[in-house]
Amino acid sequence: MTETPLISVKDLSIRFRTDEGLITAVEDVSFDLAPGEVLGLVGESGSGKSVTAKALMRLNGDNTVYGEGSSIVLTPPGEAPVDVLALRREKDMRRVRGGAISMIFQEPMASFAPAISVGDQMVEQLQIHSSMTKAEAKELSIEMLARTGIPEPARRFTQYAFEFSGGMRQRAMIAMALSTKPRLLIADEPTTALDVTIQAQVIDLMKDLVTEFGMGILFITHDLGVIAQTADRVAVMYLGRLVETGTVREVIRNPGHPYTRGLIDALPKLHDLDAPLTPVPGDIPSPLNRPPGCVFHTRCHMAEKGLCDVKVPEYRIRETGQSIACHFADAPVTAKEPA
Amino acid sequence: MTDPVISARDLTVSYTLGRGLLGAKTQLHAVDGISLDIEKGSFFGLVGESGSGKTTLGRALLKAAPITGGSVEYRDEEVSHDLRDLSGAALKDYRKRAQLIFQDPYAALSPRMTVRDIIAEPLEVMGLTKSRAETDERVREIAGRCRLNLEHLRRFPHAFSGGQRQRISIARALVSGPRFIVADESVAALDVSIQADVLNLLRAIQQDMGISFLFISHDLSVVAHTCDHVAVMYLGRLVETAPTRSLFARPLHPYTSALLSAIPSLDPDETSQADKLEGEIPSPTAPPPGCKFHTRCRFARDACKRDVPQLRELAPGHRVACHFTEEFDFSRAPAVAPRRADATA
Repeated sequence: MTETPLISVKDLSIRFRTDEGLITAVEDVSFDLAPGEVLGLVGESGSGKSVTAKALMRLNGDNTVYGEGSSIVLTPPGEAPVDVLALRREKDMRRVRGGAISMIFQEPMASFAPAISVGDQMVEQLQIHSSMTKAEAKELSIEMLARTGIPEPARRFTQYAFEFSGGMRQRAMIAMALSTKPRLLIADEPTTALDVTIQAQVIDLMKDLVTEFGMGILFITHDLGVIAQTADRVAVMYLGRLVETGTVREVIRNPGHPYTRGLIDALPKLHDLDAPLTPVPGDIPSPLNRPPGCVFHTRCHMAEKGLCDVKVPEYRIRETGQSIACHFADAPVTAKEPA
Repeated sequence: MTDPVISARDLTVSYTLGRGLLGAKTQLHAVDGISLDIEKGSFFGLVGESGSGKTTLGRALLKAAPITGGSVEYRDEEVSHDLRDLSGAALKDYRKRAQLIFQDPYAALSPRMTVRDIIAEPLEVMGLTKSRAETDERVREIAGRCRLNLEHLRRFPHAFSGGQRQRISIARALVSGPRFIVADESVAALDVSIQADVLNLLRAIQQDMGISFLFISHDLSVVAHTCDHVAVMYLGRLVETAPTRSLFARPLHPYTSALLSAIPSLDPDETSQADKLEGEIPSPTAPPPGCKFHTRCRFARDACKRDVPQLRELAPGHRVACHFTEEFDFSRAPAVAPRRADATA
C-alpha cells in the first residue's frame, strides 16, 4: 500500500495496574487502517478488542501502562501525523477525541446523558470541536438526524434519549458521532443490542456513510456475520494478541488460525441445519495467568507440547496477505527485519 | 403426535395504562389471543423483535404474568393445571414443575450466595428435600449434569465467566425437577463459542431428561439449530408457526421472510437486499388495525388494513396468518437459499 495509513498501530502493549499486580490486556498488536477502509476487530469478551480501540483515543483509565516501543500514529489526510501515545495535555487529546476520531458504543442509552436533550448534546460537542455558532450547529445536527433516517428530526432534536426506541438511539448516536466529520469512526459492538431487522438497517446506514464521507471504520464485534457484511479486512484477537489478519473473504473462507476456525464452527449456520455446533473447548483463561508461548494453546486441538506452550508463534504470511500467528500455519515465516 | 405439555387457547395478557386525555383507559394487549401447543419433550422456539410480546407470553405460560383472557392448560404424567385459576398449593406445585432461565447470567445470580446455595435455594424454599444431606446430594447431581464440579460449588458467582454463570442458572432451574422450562434469550448475552456450548447443554437436557422447552430468542439462526418447532410473533400475535425445517425451507409470512433475510450472511458475497424491513415495530398501545404487520409489509393491500388474518394450516403443522400468502414465494429469499457449491471450495 502506497497510501499513508490513517492510523498505524505498532507493537502496542497495554497493561493495567491493579491490586493484583500488572495485568496484560493487549500484547504486541500491530495493524494499519487506510482512509475509507472498514477493519473488523473480532474476538470473545476479554480478548482486548475494546481496550485496543480505546487506546486509539487514549480513553483507557489512569491505571493504564503503555508498553515501551508501543506506537499509535494518526495521520488524517492532509494533516501532520499525530503521535497519539505522546499526547500529554487534555487540550491536545481533544483534537483526537471527537475530532479526528469518533466512537459509537454498544449501549446507546448509556452514552447519552439522560437529563439533557439529544439535540443539546449534539450541539455541545459540535461547539467544542468546531467554530460553529449555536444556530449552525443546530441546523447541522437536525440535518444529520435526518440523514441517519430519523423521522421528524426537528421534533426529535428536542427530545430526550429515553423517548427514542433502541434503533433510533443508535441512529442518533451515529448522527452525533459523524456530525464532526471524523476521519476515523470506532464502532464498538454498535448492533449487538439491536434486533436483526434494525441491525440490517444500521449496517446499511454505516456502509452508505463510509462511501459518502470516505472515513475509516474500526468495527468491533463478536459477530462474524456482521463482519462479513461490513468489513474489508478483519483482525481476530485472542487474549490480547492478534492471531489472524486478512481480507474478510480470505479469513472467513480459508481461516488459517485454529481459533478463527473455532469461531466459525461455533456459529449456527442457516444453510446447514444439521451441522453440529462446535464450541471452542474450555474457557478463555484469566488475564491474571496468561498462558506462556502461544496464548491459545490451552484450548487448541493442534497444540504440541514443547512448542506451543513455550514459543510465541511468529506471523506467517500467505500469498494473499493473510497473516497468521500459528506454528502450524501453511505459510512461511517472514523475517521481521528486512532481508 | 404426543400430548402437549402446554396448551394455550386465545391467551390474552393485557395491561391497563394510565388514563388518556379524554379519561379513557388505554389497554395494552401484550399478548393478543394466542393459541399454541407445546408438545411433550419438544424444543419450541419463539422468535420476534423486541416489543413483540415474546417475553410476556413466556411469563404467562409460567403464570408470572396476568392471564386476562383465554386459557392455558399444563399437563404432565402426574397432574394437570388450569393456569388461569391457579393459586395456593396448586400454584406451588406448578412452580416446581415449570421454571425459567433468564437472559443475563450476570444479573440473575445473587453475588452474596455461594453457587451451592444458589442452586439449593429452590429446594429449600419449596421444601422439596428433608435434610441437608439430601439437598447436597441433589445439588451435586444437578451441578454435575451442568458440568460444574465440587470446587465450583464453594465459590461465589463473581469468580465465573459468562458461560459458567449461565450453567449455574440452568442448574438452579433444573434442581426442582421441572417438566417445562422457559429459556428467555438464554444465550443472547454470550460469546459465540460459549453460546454453542450452552445450546448443546440445553439440547442434551431436553433429550436426556425429557423436559419441554420454550426457547425465546431473537436470533433465528440459533432457533433454526436448536428447536423442533418455531412460532413467530409480531405485536402480540402469532404470524406463523411450523416445524423448524418447514419454516426455514419455505417461510409463508412476509415478516418471517424479512426476519430471515435480515440475518447477516457469513458469505461476504451474499448480500440480501430484497426483503429488508423498513421502519420499526409500532407501539403496542396503538397497534395498526387489520393485519398488524401491514404498515411494514411491502405486499400489503387494502384488505390487510381492514381484516385481521387468522392462522391457516397450509402444510402439515405449518400455519400462517396472512391473507395473500399463496400469491408469493419467499422460498427464493437469498438468506435461506442453499449455499452455492463454490462458496467454500
